[in-house]
Amino acid sequence: MTVDCPAGRAIKYERDNIDTDVIIPGQYLKIHDYSELATHAMEGMDPSFHSKGGSYIVAGRNFGCGSSREHAPIALAESGIRAVLALSFARIFYRNSVDGAFLLPIEIGPDAYSGISDGDDISVDIDGGTLTDHTTSKSYAIKPFPGIIRRIIDSGGLFGYDPE
Amino acid sequence: MNLTEKILARASKRESVSPGDVVFADVDKAMVHDVSGPGVIKVFEKLRKRGIDTSRLWDPSRVWVAEDHFVPSAEKISAQNLVRLSEFVRSHGITKHYRYGMGQYGICHSLSHEEALVLPGEVYVGGDSHTNTTGALGAFACGLGHTDMAYVLLKGRIWFRVPETILIRISGRLPGDVTAKDVILRIIGDMGTDGGAYRTMQFAGDTVSDMSVEDRLTMCNMTTEAGAKNGIVEPDAKTLSYLESRGARGVHMVRPDPDASYHQTIEYDAESLVPVVAEPYSPDNITPVAEAPSEDLDKAYIGSCTGAKYEDLAAAAHILKGRQVRIRTEVLPATMSIYRRAVTDGLVSTFIESGAMVGPPTCGACCGAHMGVLADGEVCISTTNRNFPGRMGHPGSRTYLASPAVAAASAVTGRITHPGDLD
Repeated sequence: MTVDCPAGRAIKYERDNIDTDVIIPGQYLKIHDYSELATHAMEGMDPSFHSKGGSYIVAGRNFGCGSSREHAPIALAESGIRAVLALSFARIFYRNSVDGAFLLPIEIGPDAYSGISDGDDISVDIDGGTLTDHTTSKSYAIKPFPGIIRRIIDSGGLFGYDPE
Repeated sequence: MNLTEKILARASKRESVSPGDVVFADVDKAMVHDVSGPGVIKVFEKLRKRGIDTSRLWDPSRVWVAEDHFVPSAEKISAQNLVRLSEFVRSHGITKHYRYGMGQYGICHSLSHEEALVLPGEVYVGGDSHTNTTGALGAFACGLGHTDMAYVLLKGRIWFRVPETILIRISGRLPGDVTAKDVILRIIGDMGTDGGAYRTMQFAGDTVSDMSVEDRLTMCNMTTEAGAKNGIVEPDAKTLSYLESRGARGVHMVRPDPDASYHQTIEYDAESLVPVVAEPYSPDNITPVAEAPSEDLDKAYIGSCTGAKYEDLAAAAHILKGRQVRIRTEVLPATMSIYRRAVTDGLVSTFIESGAMVGPPTCGACCGAHMGVLADGEVCISTTNRNFPGRMGHPGSRTYLASPAVAAASAVTGRITHPGDLD
């Protein structure tokens, strides 16, 4: 995973509780080939996901709720998603994204959530703590990562992190 | 410190911990199944490419493996995953492997209590979100993903942010028609699907003391649906007797400190509760059974880690005894030990005489994977824990979550039905 979040297209889902069953439906849990998983990403709610060419997902509260399937961040990351920007995240999706170094789960505020539109061109400056919507030329603050999360991200995932 | 804090302090070798602290906790027990196991195998493959040795687990005697999501194998990939999982078990010296078709096996969370695999005060992690279930035995039980489980299997520890605890105190006598499933659905309905996010949900009060261990398991199972890190009940004489009857010895009864504090306390009056269902498409979308929509159902499903324990089956059989089902009805005991008792005690005969199908333990249809998935437009009433869009099959299907008694009564009429309204 990289903390580099260059300009890319945002796919916006204006809803809360986007669960892991719609991110990657249960019938695909038997699959462990990452690129094959990607072909089924968001199949449970957005069949046109892949044609949108998104680098970022913008969503509401409790993104990734439901099961512990690591297939969810894997399917999104392998589809080209660098970061999910949401009002809040479910805990297992959040730690899977970080510990496995698949994508960045970034918490945003209501201003960014309502300000960003589907298809906007956005980028994120993690160290600067800002999110820029290049389509509207507006910037928003992002919530900083908690200490351990940032250290794991900088270590390239949990296996690169030395707690001592 | 409260119960969860005390367990995490002991496991992280600290005098004390407070909510918000990040600790690396030593793990006492770890579980993977036929989805998270192959997931861990994949992580191990990636680690080996980076030069990390994955040949030895931290302690194979503390690891157990379940075959539950994709058994019986419906196609080649699932069959191959079981072969790979068996090879992983063999090559890493794991002795507790509960295999389909070879005696005791079943849904991992149900095995955890049926086989007394987890004890009070332990840190137990599993590669499945409903690992929370086993907190009903007084353990810190928490679900993790594949990378985290791979880390646990190799290093025997994992990081946690010490959670704030929400104490949910339930007092009084539950009305005769109200079950543990109704209680936890009501609580989730009040809290919302992220109302317990990153926190502990601890159940207490005389209503919980009066509940059976299996009822407490139902409650803790669905703390996952409120986003909780773990659910927990303070162990008592019932817990001890339950575990000892399943062969556990040397059970340590962990207790909270007298000055234990809680982030929040929520009170419930048991006598005010009623049977409820969760309408599509969320476990927090609660309606009293008496006010539920009168729509035609296509299927009743009595299965899963939430709703196919022995007492769940007994409650359903009590309703179905001498009656006929009007819709497709499937009963899948959660483990073989439960299945065996259900045969011995005549429950299986009752189900079959009612017209229901009795199948093997599996997670299959609960997660929409196989063994009875729903078609477009079909409506199901289910004793399971989730009813997200497409959860049990086609995205155009719809599921109502209910107690075993309500699911059975609804199977008889073909509509959502209060058991007391049957002739």
